[in-house]
Amino acid sequence: MAHRLRGAAAITGLGITPMGRIYDKSSTDFAVDAVRLAIADSGLEKSEIDGLLINAGITGNTGGGVSLQLQNALGMGNLRLLNHMNAAGSTAAQMVQYATMAIDAGMVNHVVCVFADAPLREGASAGAAYGGAGRRQGPTGILGLSAGAGHFGANTSYALAAQRHMALYGTTQDQLGAVAVAERSWATMNPHATMRDPLSLEQYHASRWIVEPLHLLDCCLVSNGAVAVIVSSGERAREMAQPPVYIWGMGQGHPGDSRSAGDFPETETGARIAAETVFGMAGVGPEDIDVCELYDCYTYTVVVTLEDYGFCKKGEGGPFVEDGKLGPGGSLPTNTGGGQLSAYYMWGMTPLSEAVIQTRGQGGERQVEKHDLVLATGNGGALNYHASLVLSPHAN
Amino acid sequence: MADDVPVKPVSQPDELTEPFFAAGAEGRLVVAVCTVCGDMRLPTSATCPTCLAEGLEWREVSGKGTVHTFAIMHRRYHPAWEPDLPYNIAVVELEEGPRLPANIVGVENDDIAVGMPVEVVWEREGEAPVPRFRPVA
Ligand SMILES: [Zn+2]
Repeated sequence: MAHRLRGAAAITGLGITPMGRIYDKSSTDFAVDAVRLAIADSGLEKSEIDGLLINAGITGNTGGGVSLQLQNALGMGNLRLLNHMNAAGSTAAQMVQYATMAIDAGMVNHVVCVFADAPLREGASAGAAYGGAGRRQGPTGILGLSAGAGHFGANTSYALAAQRHMALYGTTQDQLGAVAVAERSWATMNPHATMRDPLSLEQYHASRWIVEPLHLLDCCLVSNGAVAVIVSSGERAREMAQPPVYIWGMGQGHPGDSRSAGDFPETETGARIAAETVFGMAGVGPEDIDVCELYDCYTYTVVVTLEDYGFCKKGEGGPFVEDGKLGPGGSLPTNTGGGQLSAYYMWGMTPLSEAVIQTRGQGGERQVEKHDLVLATGNGGALNYHASLVLSPHAN
Repeated sequence: MADDVPVKPVSQPDELTEPFFAAGAEGRLVVAVCTVCGDMRLPTSATCPTCLAEGLEWREVSGKGTVHTFAIMHRRYHPAWEPDLPYNIAVVELEEGPRLPANIVGVENDDIAVGMPVEVVWEREGEAPVPRFRPVA
């Protein structure tokens, strides 16, 4: 018997602002734009929105991030659900999950979930937006040993993770590069994408080291912008403007990091836990998934996520991606908008927004023909936090 | 000496970890042992993550371990680290279980490997003791 909540709610609106090095808007400005676009896309009136879930990006930590004040900027005075949430890159999928549960509980009708960020500053590098944690405050205690060893930011954390996978399983630089190349092929067909020139494996190898084994082109972009989605009941979705994107499965997995022997946070992630829940609720397995939209802060994240969802065995993610199956025409179309590596970096809203587009069948030139089941994942921290959705154009 | 020479950020003792750094200043590596359940850790909180009890004592350990993983930093994030580029950053797993981030010294970056046996060597940045590791001969 199908899970009671399978198909009970649907994503009914999507708003994507212009992305990238846009300096004349605050996070709140971007958030308002994305919500306005999502409302217009859904065909709802603003007054019909009665739930608002907000996720600030890195500016939520560094200053200037979108806050609960967004409610007032949006002039939403009749909310039945409101929160400012943060579980890093897993937040976008989580917002949709909590919206689904609140709708099922009868608390609320239409929930807009928005992510906004504007960390890029004119004349400053993308790295400057994210790499500065160790500089801002003097490190103390055991956690301070990282900055004391010259470990600054997520690039290092993911380089450490990728290196361990390479040492344990023989994963190669060519295999990581295959992810970057496949995603760029998709990005060439995405008008929202920042990086739209085709990429060869040779160009990937020639890109400079950031933290070995990660090249520049193993690392995501940093973007200013916002994305919003609206969640409504499945019943209402059938009468709304867009093809419904039914939520079939919801899962989370948060293994933490004991910083001690016996745990392997670098190579065995929360996706393993989330996979059981999300596939269990949807009543499907990895073999049923047509399209993957996977959080890809780094090429390596895609490799380890595919393993942890059971698309291949643990350790075989490298050879799995190497034959190009993730790219256009491949057997497992993945990150079909170019992902965070080539399109835009809106944390978990990058995979989720493209999943909505593909599930609706609105991908234009890059639309995947068979899109009955789409997996969208979110990952945060150093592979510490994970949430995911299985989406379908079919009610059941 | 010029005042504007950039200084590497070095972790400072806090109330919880003062014994860790004090032992380091004497060239000894200590870890915290929970007085209730015996859980052994490099503590990031005052309570034990296994049994949630308060109360720990510090115990000297072998200082030996293995490279759990490592990376080579090529990007300039901090001006004080610029002369060291490219430099290594490792996670070392102690024989007793706890892991800690540290640089590996006394070896070329190209010769570092996951699983490599290493032992602690306390160095100084200014006055501050910093745990680093070198290959076991
Ligand atoms: Zn204990």
